[in-house]
Amino acid sequence: MSRPAVSHGSDVLRPGWGYADVTDKIAGIVLTRRPGRVWVGAFFATLAGTLAYLAAMGVLFWKGVGLWGIRMPVAWGFAIANFVWWVGIGHAGTFISAVLLLLRQKWRTSINRFAEAMTLFAAAMAGLYPILHLGRPWFFYWIVPYPDRMNVWPQWRSPLVWDLFAISTYLLVSALFWYLGMLPDLATLRDRARARWKRVAYGLAALGWRGEARHWARHESAYLLLAGIATPLVVSVHSVVSLDFAIGNTPGYHSTLFPPYFVGGALFSGFAMVLTIAIPLRHAFKLHDFITDVHLDHAATVLLATGAVVAYGYAVETFFAFWSGDRFERAMVVDRWTGVYAPWYWLMIACNVALPQLLWCKRVRRSAAALFALALAVNLGMWLERVTIVVQSLHHDYLPSAWGDFWPTAWDWIFLLGSISTFAWLFLVFVRLLPAISISEMRELVKETS
Amino acid sequence: MTAPTPTSTTAVLRLHPHAGITRRRLLSAMAASMALANGACSPPSRREAHPWANLPEAGAGALPLYYATSFVRGGYAHGVLVGTQEGRPIKVEGNPAHPASLGATDAYAQASVLQLWDPDRSAVARRRAAGAPPGASTASSWAEFEQAWRARPRGGLHVLTGPLTSPTERALLAALLAREPGARWHVHAPGADAAAAEGTRIAFGRDARPIWHLDRARCVLALGADPFAEGPGAVRQAMDWARARSAARDAGALPAALLAAEVAPGLFGARADRRVALAPARIEQALRRIAAPWVPEAGTPPATDPAVADFERRTLAALHGAGADSVVIAGPDLSREAHALVLALNQRLGAVGRGVDFIPPPDAAPDAGTLAELVDALHAGTVVTLLVLGANPAFESPGALEVASALPRARLLVHAGLHVDETAALADWHLPLSHAYEQWGDALAHDGTASLQQPAIAPLYDTRSTSELLALLADDPQRDGRGLVRRQWQRRTRLGAAAFEGFWQESVRSGVIANSAFPALALPAARVAPLPASAPPPLVARFASDPATHGGEYANNGWLQELPRPFSKHTWDTPLLMGPRTARRLGLGTGDVVQAEVFGRALRAPVWVEPLHAEDVFTLPLGGGRRAAGHVGDGVGVDAWPLRPVDAALAPLAITRTDARHAFATTQKGFSQEGRELVRTLPPGAALAAEPARAALYPPFASPVHAWAMSIDLDTCIGCNACTIACQAENNIPVVGRDEVERGRAMHWIRVDRYEGTADGGSRFQPVPCMHCEEAPCELVCPVGATVHDSEGLNVQVYNRCIGTRFCSNNCPYKVRRFNFLQFSDKTHETLAAQRNPDVTVRDRGVMEKCSYCVQRVARARQHAERTGVALVDGDVVTACQGACPTRAIRFGDLNDPGSDVVHAKASPRHYALLGELNTRPRTTYLARVEAKE
Amino acid sequence: MTGDSPWGLMAEYASAEDLVGAARAAREAGFRDAEAYAPFPVEGLPEALGFHGSKVPVVTFLGGLAGGVGGYLMQWYTAVVSFPEEVGARPLHSWPMFVPVTFELAVLGAALAAFVGVLAMNRLPRLAHPIFDALDFELATRNRFFLCLRTDDPAFEPARAAALLDATHPLRRVEVAR
Repeated sequence: MSRPAVSHGSDVLRPGWGYADVTDKIAGIVLTRRPGRVWVGAFFATLAGTLAYLAAMGVLFWKGVGLWGIRMPVAWGFAIANFVWWVGIGHAGTFISAVLLLLRQKWRTSINRFAEAMTLFAAAMAGLYPILHLGRPWFFYWIVPYPDRMNVWPQWRSPLVWDLFAISTYLLVSALFWYLGMLPDLATLRDRARARWKRVAYGLAALGWRGEARHWARHESAYLLLAGIATPLVVSVHSVVSLDFAIGNTPGYHSTLFPPYFVGGALFSGFAMVLTIAIPLRHAFKLHDFITDVHLDHAATVLLATGAVVAYGYAVETFFAFWSGDRFERAMVVDRWTGVYAPWYWLMIACNVALPQLLWCKRVRRSAAALFALALAVNLGMWLERVTIVVQSLHHDYLPSAWGDFWPTAWDWIFLLGSISTFAWLFLVFVRLLPAISISEMRELVKETS
Repeated sequence: MTAPTPTSTTAVLRLHPHAGITRRRLLSAMAASMALANGACSPPSRREAHPWANLPEAGAGALPLYYATSFVRGGYAHGVLVGTQEGRPIKVEGNPAHPASLGATDAYAQASVLQLWDPDRSAVARRRAAGAPPGASTASSWAEFEQAWRARPRGGLHVLTGPLTSPTERALLAALLAREPGARWHVHAPGADAAAAEGTRIAFGRDARPIWHLDRARCVLALGADPFAEGPGAVRQAMDWARARSAARDAGALPAALLAAEVAPGLFGARADRRVALAPARIEQALRRIAAPWVPEAGTPPATDPAVADFERRTLAALHGAGADSVVIAGPDLSREAHALVLALNQRLGAVGRGVDFIPPPDAAPDAGTLAELVDALHAGTVVTLLVLGANPAFESPGALEVASALPRARLLVHAGLHVDETAALADWHLPLSHAYEQWGDALAHDGTASLQQPAIAPLYDTRSTSELLALLADDPQRDGRGLVRRQWQRRTRLGAAAFEGFWQESVRSGVIANSAFPALALPAARVAPLPASAPPPLVARFASDPATHGGEYANNGWLQELPRPFSKHTWDTPLLMGPRTARRLGLGTGDVVQAEVFGRALRAPVWVEPLHAEDVFTLPLGGGRRAAGHVGDGVGVDAWPLRPVDAALAPLAITRTDARHAFATTQKGFSQEGRELVRTLPPGAALAAEPARAALYPPFASPVHAWAMSIDLDTCIGCNACTIACQAENNIPVVGRDEVERGRAMHWIRVDRYEGTADGGSRFQPVPCMHCEEAPCELVCPVGATVHDSEGLNVQVYNRCIGTRFCSNNCPYKVRRFNFLQFSDKTHETLAAQRNPDVTVRDRGVMEKCSYCVQRVARARQHAERTGVALVDGDVVTACQGACPTRAIRFGDLNDPGSDVVHAKASPRHYALLGELNTRPRTTYLARVEAKE
Repeated sequence: MTGDSPWGLMAEYASAEDLVGAARAAREAGFRDAEAYAPFPVEGLPEALGFHGSKVPVVTFLGGLAGGVGGYLMQWYTAVVSFPEEVGARPLHSWPMFVPVTFELAVLGAALAAFVGVLAMNRLPRLAHPIFDALDFELATRNRFFLCLRTDDPAFEPARAAALLDATHPLRRVEVAR
């Protein structure tokens, strides 16, 4: 009779880990570890921010979107920019889980779970804005096709309707994917938990999973299929979001480049956010053995690659503005460089194009601190990109007589910070309630590396 | 009591004499007035009033009931048709039968309906107890006033009015004065051009008023004057010019040459072929050089500025070319001697009897004194009782007169007006007057044509017309307004009862007394006086009334306050204007707050650097800074009246800058076309290159029955803004207020864009309503189908389906869509609801709106056609903007009707589509502006 | 079967290899419904138990098909039949504009089908199961591997089953009560 497997180590898992150790380590974070002072402080701070966000929504619904700086001609402002930003961030999770799974990337294993959680929360934050930004938000459901007395239906040619279907599908599929992958781990927590209420709670969530071989077989094939479905979905979602602009005829919106360029940008910002989360997470819960520098290196490499796609997007956009000979496009680009929003634009170039070039050097890719700072910069840069596209394109379009500048009000900032705070709060809750790393897949990894 | 037969409305209000209009009372009043218009009881009743039966102007699309009456501004009548629905006046159209209108209106006339429903209107007589502080008056009643009037101390009666042309009012006033030994009448006309009047006295030794016939002139030279905007005849003059210009264009002849030398940019100067901006003194020098060939005795000062010399050369050439078909128009910026010179010039050019006629001034009051004389009398203590009728001297008077401190010296000060204004605050008694559309009355037009007023609604409050008030004061047996006016005209016409009845009905129906225009005067050869040679001060203050509020009279009118001023496009403000070089010299920029000082009287005000403004001169606006205008007008802008000299429109000025800054609320930031062909121009007789045929990916949707379309002629548009307000009145467009305008949320459905024109600083105006694109980008992106096309090609906005994504606006290349970012439509002031057009949805917060081609008028016309079985003909549907346009630049009609006006317009060689290259196939298109080649 | 006979006989192992071996042995001994439990999907285990090919892919495909076709028909019906409107002069049946929603609904249909499918075929959720009461079974989700021979298996005969399991050198052999 053979001994239980123990990992001999690899660049994605340090040696010496057995089935029981990985299980107890990860489950322990949820079940036994007492919350640290930092976590508690962050929890209450972000909770306060979340409540403030809800209050601000109340005021918004009461007064109207006039609270924001939006105006004619800039009828879209931060709300839409934040929406696109969050959706983009929400892309990394599914990309990591689905695409890397299909590509059989081992380094995916220890980061996919929280990356998926991040995806869900980001998509949820994003999903709020299209409703918040409506003039009459209480009628948002009119975009949904349902038979009603007046026999009116959505107008299928509008990208906003496509948005509804893309975002809601994405949310749902990501949630299913996440939950299905987590079932065995929930069973583990059910069996590891001591307190009865925890056993009941996790037991209910685990749906009675018992790890029977046939179940595992079907589970694997379903998980693989979902990955296969989610892969084109990831691409489609941000393509559709980009059509919100590309379908429009505004210079700066109307570009066939947008879908790929937006998807690239989405992964760019998504991986930036993965690093923004992974680095503190690994530090807080001493997960250096599971989330190794190799993980950071790989993520950084993806960041560098997608950053290149984004840079290419900027270049092509500019090139076509001049090459097309369209004077409106040209004027738009020149205004981007020299107009009132030029500082935003150049800061965006610095964050999204200049700084990521540091990633060519391995020492930066392996340094947690450097990567963390860089990731924050990219997050900022990608937000600036969304704002530039949404606002700058609109403020100087066809008729000079109708030109006008958008400047954010305090409310605009409240609605940005509120969503960030809520996102952080959800994540803090997640790491205490659910396994932030897939336990069963880690056991598999132990087996494969033993 | 013997007021007009107590109507249910007035009765309702009398039940609660204690002022302030509450919701319930207003509603009952409105209900009553609706009952009035529908039922056949007292005013306006079918028996007494005579609605305009068949309205050629608005045809089948018209409102149910119109009343021909007169809107009186500065004493002069502008004939209007007041459209009512459910008995409520909601929209004003021009009166085609009236010489000052010919069917068109200016912005003021359009806004007058809001004045009628102004919630701040005075509703009840008020008395101020002796010794009570100014403004501390309490609600009283007409009965109490009548007792007080009877018991008043006798003798020393003085009456102060504004310019007065009403035959009835003047007869009653004369009667009142006759009853009181030593009674005196004073006239205060803040807006009048005193220099012009004195000029005619110098030239002809008598009072005379020019009547310009711009349709007959082949060369028009305006010196410090704006014949398209100033004076009671402005609308008519613009219309005459436009008609002649179109005729000449169609005949292939050269249009009349327009030349302007002006201080501040004006509508005429903007349209002129050549324009120079000069300080008044330099305009007069230029005038003398230009007039020299005809009036050598005025002397010819040496030419200085080459640019001016060039202008003078071209002007001389034009005058020589046109000869007797020239007219020269002088404005308030010129001295009386200059006016006399201009009169002589016209006479010697041979213009008199052709391009210009002279008539006795309709508002002439030789026996009346001035405001200055009244103030002297007040100080002399000879004024026992002072009646102020429809004037506001406490605000609208030169500071040097110190009127506000002098008025209380009268033992009994009685003020009658529409509002409890600055003068009312000082008065012992304030009496509420009826609005023009609530009363019987009469007034003269700019050419002397007698115009009648009939009520379109019973008085909303317990008010009297001026003639009813005068009858009461003079203890006239006849107290009913209608009776007074009838009696006046019976005496005037000396017709028999039957004949008079016919004359009366016809006159009331049409709103004018036929053929009552003044005959032209035969004038002696004009004499000229030497012009003042004294060198002008380095910095001159020029006083001009704010183009929106007309010297403050309409300060409480939100539509006018929010109306973008034609050149600066600022709203809700009255900045000091100055030229760019002057600004640089003084180190000033737009928004800087300065201290302006004239004869020791100072004023803190923000400045606006106007590139088109003359140098070394500041334009100080009159009409801002009202203190008792109402909740809309109080404290808007600054008040330059205190700085105005008593007897001149010009004064030496001292400017010191302060550190303060001021933000203006403007609707247009830049005025350059950025090299884009938005306002297209072409030389006379030329044609635009034909639009390239643009392919469509899909077969077009047909408009089988009607295909509505609009054409806007940029050659005749003068940028007067009448269309903007007409649209606002017709379509219940909310006023958003200064701050929201500053945030870029003005709601006008049709805006008038201005772009810089030729090198000489002309301006090009371009009204921009919804283009109703056949391939509308806005429709494609609406997720709920709230904006779609109808079968007649209208791009309709379905308010109750709109959820406010605003994608449609982003996707509109013309940015004509307007969004209710907040709750803009006023729900707090009940009377405003009464003005609203019941056929147009009142939009609430969160929905998009835009020009609908007045779809409600289209629908009315369609229903009318279905009802009567008579097919629609061209002109049956007139949009609000089209109806108001003084130059008929806007044409609207059916593309399926080959004979329609709009089809002809679109066949013109000047026809083009704005941003046509986007291939949105707009139904609203433009006719290029004709500009003589440089 | 009578009420008091156990539900099955279960052996516990420390490594996946042992389990696979045991499973193969059981199958060779003619057991059809032997159940193997592992903390992670063990390669070759299903085959060792005689499990071949899951039906999930079929279900998923059908779900996707239904979503896509249904989605397109919905758009066609609402835009062309039920609520025809002129929008931006585009044809009522602007099929290119219908593609995105069709695609998203196809994805949604497939995903839902896959998820529901896997649970249904696994007879989940099932919160109560005799195996949960077996000694040590909570380790099945941690580090131990179990093989259970069910008494309702036609090939089941108590003494023979016990012998078979003992031959695979388990850490422990227990009865799973019903």
